[in-house]
Amino acid sequence: MFDAVARNLPFLIGGFGVTLQLTFCALGGGIALGMLVGLGRISRKAWVYQPVTVYVNLIRNVPLILVIFWFYFVMPIIAGRPLNPFLSAVISFIIFEATYFGEIFRAGYQSISKDLVNAAYSTGLTYSQTARYILIPIAFRRMLPSLITQSIVTFQDTSLAFVIGLQEFVRRTSIVDNLEVRSIQLFSFVAIVFFIFCFIGSKISRHFEEKGRKTGVL
Amino acid sequence: MGFAYDFDWGVLWRQPYGMWLLQGIWLTLKIGFLGWIIALFLGILIGTLRVTPWRWLRFVSTAYTEVFRNVPFLVQLFFWYYAGPMIFGENLGRQINQIVGLNYYMAIFALGMYTASRVAEHMRAGFASISRDQYQAVLSTGMTHSQMYRYVIIPYALRIILPPLTTEFLTIFKNSSIAMTIGVAEITFMSYRIDAETFHGLEATTGAMFIYLVLGLTVVRVMGIIESKFKIPGMIGR
Repeated sequence: MFDAVARNLPFLIGGFGVTLQLTFCALGGGIALGMLVGLGRISRKAWVYQPVTVYVNLIRNVPLILVIFWFYFVMPIIAGRPLNPFLSAVISFIIFEATYFGEIFRAGYQSISKDLVNAAYSTGLTYSQTARYILIPIAFRRMLPSLITQSIVTFQDTSLAFVIGLQEFVRRTSIVDNLEVRSIQLFSFVAIVFFIFCFIGSKISRHFEEKGRKTGVL
Repeated sequence: MGFAYDFDWGVLWRQPYGMWLLQGIWLTLKIGFLGWIIALFLGILIGTLRVTPWRWLRFVSTAYTEVFRNVPFLVQLFFWYYAGPMIFGENLGRQINQIVGLNYYMAIFALGMYTASRVAEHMRAGFASISRDQYQAVLSTGMTHSQMYRYVIIPYALRIILPPLTTEFLTIFKNSSIAMTIGVAEITFMSYRIDAETFHGLEATTGAMFIYLVLGLTVVRVMGIIESKFKIPGMIGR
């Protein structure tokens, strides 16, 4: 049934490893940059708010695949030498996903009412204590389901690094398929692997959502 | 080192490249619209099945949305295009593979199937936001279950979920770019092809980005008009 998969398993698993590496780099960078983007989107200073908003709206209106190509073309010009596809892909994922994470953080920051902040101050907490013990934990719990969902999307999105020849999971599968011509089992295998990880992730996200609703943080 | 690069924006309109981009725009629009028709009808159907009283219909429709949402679209596209014809056996599969423009049809089909699962999710959310009383009220007028969904609940839910459907409609044009991986010559494919011929991929992809941006803004504008027209009176607008 899965004979072609079994014959090429180490090669395919290696590809999945690349996919995971891409995902972790994209998530780390995307979430870090996303926090800043979220702050920029609620800034009252026009010189911060305007450019960040233009960046977010531009990237969110453009397909990821095109962003990957664009950075693939622009990076060698900036660096003055050809860049390896992995680095180029990671940079495009960070720039792309940060706009989506940024909007999640913006919603999280905005979900905290002024009353809550004032109530915290009135108990004698300082600004940094308020942020550390009240604002950040509450905002984080509210954002957690969306953050997990967007992480799953990012994991799926990394498959698009395929287009610049990066040998991740899908690219390696299609390389094997070219040799073995066992499309049904090979692509079913990729689909099943992605499905298992994403399904578990989406269940975790739903768990936190329901927990949040029950305890009243959402 | 630095910017040792000669920009040549002429690749965006010089022939034959300008024509390529126009053909690409036309194909993106066609794939997006045709895929959207499949997505909308299938999505409404599946979304409705998820809340019906019949258990196994609920199971099938839930399984559909879970599978299509949890597998990357690229993998789905490859599955339909490379493995799809083989499901019908060796001989029939070979015949299907000879269909001219198979990649184009498969792209529309895959995009429709994928987006349908997302539309179904929104439908479910829309149904959930309609109060139980409403269902009871409709049934008390003597309508059957299918009449209730057809004449009251589905039209109502569709009006509620119009804003997220707008987002999906935008996303379908963006996702259609992935069809380039099976050789469908839409905008992204054309910008890459221009790079292959001229080595001016930066200008070509920048132009393509601009095209998607204009397309997106147009959709938002048009849907804004539609949304305000179909807004349910008394509801809080966006």
